[in-house]
Amino acid sequence: MASTTQLPTTPAALPQQAPARRRPSKLGRSRPNLLGGLGGWLWLAIIIVPVYYVVITSLKNQAGFFTSNPMLPPTEPTLDNYKLVLDNDFAKYFTNSLIVTVGSVVPALFVAFMAAYAIVRGKGRFLSWTNNVFLLGLAIPLHATIIPIYWMITKAHMYDTLLALILPSIAFAIPVSVLILSNFMRDVPNELFESMRLDGCSDWAMMWRLALPMTKPAVITVGIYNALHVWNGFLFPLILTQSPDTRVLPLSLWTFQGEFSVNIPAVLASVVLATLPLLVIYVVARRQLLSGLTAGFSK
Amino acid sequence: MSATTTTEQQGLGTGRATGTRRTLEKGPSGWLAVPALAFFMIFAIIPLLGVLFLSFTRWDGLGEIKLDGLSSWNTVLADPVTVNALLVTAKIMFFSFIVQAPISLLLGVFTAASQKYRAALAVLYFVPLLLSSAAVAIAFKALLDPNFGLGPGLGLPFLAQDWLGNSDLVLFVVVFVIAWQFVPFHTLIYQGGVRQIPASLYEAAQIDGAGRVQQFFNITLPQLKYTMITSSTLMVVGSLAYFDLIFVLTAGGPGYSTRLLPLHMYLTGFKANDMGAASALGVILVVIGLALALFLQRLGGKNRNASQLEGA
Repeated sequence: MASTTQLPTTPAALPQQAPARRRPSKLGRSRPNLLGGLGGWLWLAIIIVPVYYVVITSLKNQAGFFTSNPMLPPTEPTLDNYKLVLDNDFAKYFTNSLIVTVGSVVPALFVAFMAAYAIVRGKGRFLSWTNNVFLLGLAIPLHATIIPIYWMITKAHMYDTLLALILPSIAFAIPVSVLILSNFMRDVPNELFESMRLDGCSDWAMMWRLALPMTKPAVITVGIYNALHVWNGFLFPLILTQSPDTRVLPLSLWTFQGEFSVNIPAVLASVVLATLPLLVIYVVARRQLLSGLTAGFSK
Repeated sequence: MSATTTTEQQGLGTGRATGTRRTLEKGPSGWLAVPALAFFMIFAIIPLLGVLFLSFTRWDGLGEIKLDGLSSWNTVLADPVTVNALLVTAKIMFFSFIVQAPISLLLGVFTAASQKYRAALAVLYFVPLLLSSAAVAIAFKALLDPNFGLGPGLGLPFLAQDWLGNSDLVLFVVVFVIAWQFVPFHTLIYQGGVRQIPASLYEAAQIDGAGRVQQFFNITLPQLKYTMITSSTLMVVGSLAYFDLIFVLTAGGPGYSTRLLPLHMYLTGFKANDMGAASALGVILVVIGLALALFLQRLGGKNRNASQLEGA
């Protein structure tokens, strides 16, 4: 089932990548790569141990946490920690995170898609300059701009609002979105655009009726990738919001940690709850995301 | 719709006439790129200039902004904490690069192969990317606790150290946690890179009797040149943005031992209320990032898109 070997289905990616599929051919690997396998399982252990620890600890009660072996699952698992977290306005923080994520990712995708389409299909100095500006954005540690952003947000009377998080998040998502989307857009065969143009299609219509369907896997990949970043973002909320009313999940983890510092199982339950939505999305869209990201960055 | 400079477009159009059949095709209007560009200008490029401007001012974050010449720069450059922050940043950048790059490369090659179990492992490798930095930091803080964490759990005394309180160890703990969080992403990049290597190269090598190790060094590594540059650029420039993880994990401590540049900037601006000095630190951050990115791109040479296609 988990055939991540499935390659992205953008049309022109195929001629270029089809040979790669044949790689595990009949010539094949004669003997298994023991060293590689060992390393692979070792890395899995490194990845899984912290995750395992967080999950089992979140199911322990406080007494159990102090007395039991930290690496063994609880003898009497309890959901009390989850209840405690949920009772502490978790739903509100969750909603805030959801609003900020959707409010950032959807507009970012929309404007980045149009820009990628113009950059790939259009000509002229303005567009190549625009492309260079976005490429520059990838090379700059954008977090260095937080102080002027803080100033702008306070001047615009948006401090401590969700919009204060949404607007810069859209901007910061644009460079990487344009990069990946235009990489995929370049693979749409020119002939398709030409035949649509012969049919009298405008560029605007071609963008939605040809470019969008052909790059849908990339759009979904970029959407999930950006959603991950915005959902998990910490710096903007830390600097641009203050009150519990505008608190988002990563910031709430941090404040939980301050409030329940002795109740480690409850703190870890909040970690699990905050990650759960992304885990669900990952389980559903994993193949899409993995194949899209491998292709998107390695072109 | 089409307010882009038409003369220019036509100029380019005729220039390409020899290559493309359709000289009259104008392509979409540049206006389509304007919304994205406007967002990026307002919230990234203008603030980038703003941070330069603010570095020549005095501002406590609330009151008025006053021009103050070079005094912020003098403060920042004379401050031993800044020098230390630069050193910590360089150390973390260096160590996290030499840890992450080989692991990501090997795991990328490993997961690019076709075996089912490797695909399954690749799915699990991705899990750390789902966690926020705050979550990762909180999880490791608990896990590394000398009394209730991994050490006593496995009964291994050498693991029961005060990892985050010992200024000799903490830097390496930070490097490890960073690797835990970011290796999965770079593994994906390398996995994609390996899959684009033409199979014919390996087939030819096998016919010539080249072994696995020879194939790795003579085909895989050279073919991954551009993937390495992409990944290294993201890794190195990304290490200038390790803020949230370290902020929650150690808050820069103990002492100043993990107070790297972005964290130093944040604490100077928003805790010590010296936005002028913090902006100067921001400018330093941008200059270092840009210089490193340009250097790494230069390593790759020009026109990488074209040369990458040659391999395929």
